[in-house]
Amino acid sequence: MKEFLEGSLAVAEAIRLCKPGVISAYPITPQTHIVEELAQLVANGKLGSQFVNVESEHSAASVVLGASAAGVRAYTATSSQGLFYMAEVVFNIAGLRLPIVMTCAARAISAPINIWNDHQDVVSLRDSGWIQLHAEDIQEAVDMHFMAYRLAEDKSIMLPVIVSMDGFILTHGIETVDIPSQEQVDKFLPSYKPLYKLDPEDPITIGPLVDPDYYMETRFAIQKTMEQVLDFIPKVTQDFAKVTGRAYNGLIEEYRTKDAERVIVAMGSVCGTIKEVVDELRAKGKKVGLLKVTAFRPFPVKSIYGALKDIPKVAVIDRALSLGSFAPLEAEIKAVFSGKKKRPSVISSFVVGLGGRDITKDSIKEIFRMLTAKERSAEFIDLKPELLKEEFSDG
Amino acid sequence: MDNHLFVSGHTACAGCGQSLAARLVIDACGPNTIAVNCTGCLEVFSTKYPESAWGIPWIHSLFQNSAAVASGVEAALRYLGKKDSINVIAQGGDGGTADIGLQALSGMMERGHDILYICYDNEAYMNTGVQRSGLTPFDTNTTTSPAGSQSTGNIRPKKPMPEICLAHGIPYVATASAGFPQDLQRKVKKAVSIKGPKYIQVHVPCPLGWRHESNLTLQVAKIAVETGLYPLVEFENGVLSAQKKITPKPVEEYLKIQGRFKHLLANPEEIKKIQAIADYNINKYNLKLETESNQ
Repeated sequence: MKEFLEGSLAVAEAIRLCKPGVISAYPITPQTHIVEELAQLVANGKLGSQFVNVESEHSAASVVLGASAAGVRAYTATSSQGLFYMAEVVFNIAGLRLPIVMTCAARAISAPINIWNDHQDVVSLRDSGWIQLHAEDIQEAVDMHFMAYRLAEDKSIMLPVIVSMDGFILTHGIETVDIPSQEQVDKFLPSYKPLYKLDPEDPITIGPLVDPDYYMETRFAIQKTMEQVLDFIPKVTQDFAKVTGRAYNGLIEEYRTKDAERVIVAMGSVCGTIKEVVDELRAKGKKVGLLKVTAFRPFPVKSIYGALKDIPKVAVIDRALSLGSFAPLEAEIKAVFSGKKKRPSVISSFVVGLGGRDITKDSIKEIFRMLTAKERSAEFIDLKPELLKEEFSDG
Repeated sequence: MDNHLFVSGHTACAGCGQSLAARLVIDACGPNTIAVNCTGCLEVFSTKYPESAWGIPWIHSLFQNSAAVASGVEAALRYLGKKDSINVIAQGGDGGTADIGLQALSGMMERGHDILYICYDNEAYMNTGVQRSGLTPFDTNTTTSPAGSQSTGNIRPKKPMPEICLAHGIPYVATASAGFPQDLQRKVKKAVSIKGPKYIQVHVPCPLGWRHESNLTLQVAKIAVETGLYPLVEFENGVLSAQKKITPKPVEEYLKIQGRFKHLLANPEEIKKIQAIADYNINKYNLKLETESNQ
């Protein structure tokens, strides 16, 4: 059913339809509306989950860890410092192969404290063993949660999924969203049947001490599973399309790239702005396009290679940094073409929209303009020169 | 074959008080129990992959989150309608409980989860090499509170964990000792029969960290109680309901058999301070036997 909904409420509605046994969360802006709505749904008897209000994100992640190990579907949501505070548990959940789904309302990192959107929080947890999906709009964020559980809980996968939706822009934005019916969701997402669980009828030990004789294979197994996830995501998106009629690639989205000479690569809500600019420039005869990366983990190397190998000039947009090195997405896109004969002649990289600085159509046009023969790395867009002058001057 | 739910073959040190206490606790809980363990000695010596000493479903996640993981297990059982038939226990050492895990434990108690938390108190971070914790006693020589020309050891008394738990208004709080196995098992059985959060702190000597002979574990544990340094008390609904009565022995008897207190033996001023701690406990909990015949 189509409804005009705030992103957080729409995601809460998606979670209600997924019927998790346990929800646990700790409040942090801009994640709050999601968990407030879920609490209200429980309070109104519309959702039968156990809602556990905890004293920290570390415990929120630990509660869903315990719940998942006890054999029920579990959900949490967080943002920024909250994600970092639970980071230790985030890695632990992946190592334990627990199919938890978490929403990250993507937000900047302190200091200085800043509650607005960028990707520094979620991208920093790229090495955690979680499948990481980035939504462009509210509809995609909603749909990703159904697909996230389906993916996570598949017996061949058994890995947690983080769905990143841009803080405020998507969590507090309002769009027309098609919320599937319970029948549709049930058809797509069967009830959770754990492979292993904490059960006195069949006692097992979970989380033992693993010495050098055994540890490496556990990490290898996750690495191999991540490869399988790349093959499995398209199957899940096809099944989803069969039930809802909404088709996603799931790994990447190519927008007007076929004959493009210049393409921007980006993740998240900025892709909507880029699509508008692409349409405007195309109307003027400029051959430009967008490659949206949906799956940041596992990183769809082959799909990206296929999409960009014939594009002369590529600009990678990062809304995060790896301070002291290449920007995160930049490094990965460049790595895709390492040693390849067919490749863009230029791969430039631009950093935009940190701490919620608006990324306007002009910002995007500026990036297309700067996408010349000169290769750039982590070039900051929309910096305010007057602030920098103050910072570095003696007087 | 024995019928214990925590079996031998694990890699604990000879004379380990914690392994003995853990077996007593788990046997008292019975097979319909799920255990959540902090990182620490118990986790390390009982689950070296591919072996496990546990005959009940058992999970270890991290150092400080056993109370929170157990909260999730309990919530899941509640969702599945199975909570009434399964005990959930969370357990950890003194560091995992009173220091790094205190926040998670406080949350578990405040939320009223039906979980028994067991703190195996060996009074320092033994797994990492005897560093002081919030439950290390006053004047103890540890690797991070060493005795020296300017130091008589740990500068602070034990953090009052039972009182901290009591302040949460939980229905059952007790201390116990590996030296009094029947008392320990009785308390565990009582605790799991009560709904809501429960806390039991068990004194478990560590021959390596306390530097006593490994055949003296039970004796050391008993003397700790008999001097008043480790009072065995029981609180139901916030009220002191029972205490182990003693004919107090001087604290030297406890100190002199452990290397961690050896530096105090020629220091009567410090021994006086430790005797004052025992005397305080004896008064506070009314530990002294009224007549010899009651013993």
